[in-house]
Amino acid sequence: MLLSLFFTFLKIGFVSFGGGYSMIPVIEYEIKEHGWLTAQQFTDIIAVAGMSPGPIATNIAVFVGYKVGGPLGAVTSLVAISMPSLLIVFIICLFFNKVKNQQFVHSAFYGLRPVITGLVTYAAIKVAIQNQIITSFSNFHFDTIGVLFIVIGFLLLVLTKISPVSIILLSGVFGIIIYY
Amino acid sequence: MTNKKALIKLWLIFFTFFKISPISFGGGYAMIPLLEKAVTKKNRWVKKEDISDVLVVAQTVPGSIAVNTATFVGYQVAGIPGALAATLGIITPTFVIILIFATLFLNFQHNPIIQAAFVGIRPAIVALILYAAYKIGLTAMIDKLTTIIALISLMLFLFLPVHPIIILIFGGVTGVLLSFRRSVHKTKTYSHSKGSSVTGD
Repeated sequence: MLLSLFFTFLKIGFVSFGGGYSMIPVIEYEIKEHGWLTAQQFTDIIAVAGMSPGPIATNIAVFVGYKVGGPLGAVTSLVAISMPSLLIVFIICLFFNKVKNQQFVHSAFYGLRPVITGLVTYAAIKVAIQNQIITSFSNFHFDTIGVLFIVIGFLLLVLTKISPVSIILLSGVFGIIIYY
Repeated sequence: MTNKKALIKLWLIFFTFFKISPISFGGGYAMIPLLEKAVTKKNRWVKKEDISDVLVVAQTVPGSIAVNTATFVGYQVAGIPGALAATLGIITPTFVIILIFATLFLNFQHNPIIQAAFVGIRPAIVALILYAAYKIGLTAMIDKLTTIIALISLMLFLFLPVHPIIILIFGGVTGVLLSFRRSVHKTKTYSHSKGSSVTGD
């Protein structure tokens, strides 16, 4: 159990480009493969991870580790997801002057960033489907209040300076008002 | 004596990042100004004109920008022990906090009020992820080619049932090849038609 947690998050640590949200579908895929959590449990973990300070992918890893393997699982996941970037930073430090501002890094990110954009968009669609806010594309249905929450939340984030944490807290309050 | 000095230095590195860590909501971008101040003004570990280079590299490497910056600065100040001290310093507080949050959540998740709150929070999470995509998209989709790569990869993620890492790597490599080609030929349409077939394999 601890071993498979370790190798799962080690693998994820190596590819976590573009901020924590891009890793959501990757972590989700692994969780499904191992049968660790249900989709809804995973969304709630994203929510809690988003409310806490710290990198979101690391927070998700720690929470998943804790849920699956207790405190030891949490530490295992933390070490596993942190190790790759530590190693890579070491390597880059050794060659720093040669790497910075190089055309190669530039070109790599020219191609990688749009793929990450696709990945994160996919993450959003997937989470919406799994929480029955929208159904899959064949026979399309949606939950009106849920979609309204998404649209308002998104517009607030784009148009105002409101922080993501406040969005989570606000939507929680409205959730209580509407559904309790 | 020198041993003691080195230990004090490591402790200072650890504690500097330990203090900044709890403020790093949402992946660390919010704490960058604080981080900058701590390593350039308060401690003079990095020169002010060098910090932007550090941040670029920290963003380029996989992992969170906050942790990467800490590791990087720690290394420059005191080598590998410094990097470890800095990394531990920035990771420990948020690790403890997420554990507390996790325990609280697991204890109260069946409470009806908490459940109602989470029915509201779940779509908000979708909005947050969409917003993350939007922000990355602004820097990523800078021309026709990158927009097409983004759309193709979204379709692949949605409809190709393989591990997302495979698509990520495939797409990344395709992008690199394309951008090399682009800088050589400067003909976008040609490199695009080539690229989509590579990605689709």
